[in-house]
Amino acid sequence: MHEYSIVSALLERVSAEARAHNATSVYRLTLRIGDGAGVEPDLLSKAYEHFRAGTICARAELCIEPVAERWVCPVCGRTLARGAVLSCEGCGMPARLMSGDEIILERIEMEVP
Amino acid sequence: MCQDCGCGDPEIVPVVVHERLLSGNDRVARHNREHFAAHDVLAINLMGSPGSGKTAILEATARALASRHRLGAVSGDLATDRDAQRLRAAGIPAATITTGSACHLDAEMVHRALHDFALDSLDIFVIENVGNLVCPAIYDLGQTLNVVALSVTEGEDKPLKYPVMFRNAQAVLLTKIDLLPHLGGVSLQMFNDALARVMPEPRTFPVSALTGEGMDRWLEWLEASRPRV
Repeated sequence: MHEYSIVSALLERVSAEARAHNATSVYRLTLRIGDGAGVEPDLLSKAYEHFRAGTICARAELCIEPVAERWVCPVCGRTLARGAVLSCEGCGMPARLMSGDEIILERIEMEVP
Repeated sequence: MCQDCGCGDPEIVPVVVHERLLSGNDRVARHNREHFAAHDVLAINLMGSPGSGKTAILEATARALASRHRLGAVSGDLATDRDAQRLRAAGIPAATITTGSACHLDAEMVHRALHDFALDSLDIFVIENVGNLVCPAIYDLGQTLNVVALSVTEGEDKPLKYPVMFRNAQAVLLTKIDLLPHLGGVSLQMFNDALARVMPEPRTFPVSALTGEGMDRWLEWLEASRPRV
């Protein structure tokens, strides 16, 4: 349940940003979470619901944009099939993870008086 | 204030952050990494399920390297000091990070624990993470290398079920191989096949802490991974 510690990092980061902008409240948060990041979006949302009470995010919607996991051959550029052995069928090179491990706070929309 | 119609509603201001959510942890991890590098210490983040044999391998490693290298260790444990006691009995300075209910170590916990060690007098420092194949995977601790212990009794499908843990590892210790004859058809090849689907460059060390089988290859790699002074 590391989702709880991720939410606490999120609330800390957002509070600091809101203070810096003299915001009165936060309207919406947007995260980008990779399919292969090791973070469960559902658990993250639940943890957020639990912890946002009493914070500047009390009324803020949490949007989670999923990012697909994608492994690519660094030499010939071909994309590997899901669940395949992670070396290129063509040239045998170890594949490289191009996307899907993101745990990113993308955007904060805040209300500024 | 809304500038369009003068209604008095607050204005919604979008701020693009585009930053890793664990950037605070990453910062402390960088600090730990610099600390290890400044003292030429090889730092290993040893992860794996509860009961995968992390402590047993560490004990065997400590005994085998005792005459050549100075080891130190911290053990993440929810409630007890047992692992650190075992490691001290094996002759290496060891401390416990008691995490309470936390399912993983983070860089700050390791940083605090490092104050109890004289890194100048160590060559290899092992951070034995909390037994868990999920949560520790995403926290950088400042280690030089991630190593996962996977016992053959856990089943060859574990890499496919917990890919993030294995994807981020530089090596996998396949432990308890002395039990393979009792596992009805389970082979090392099955583990290697599964690992090749989650690690682009799989490196495995089949070992038995009990019989010592395979320990030489693991120790050789560990020694070769030490910083060149």
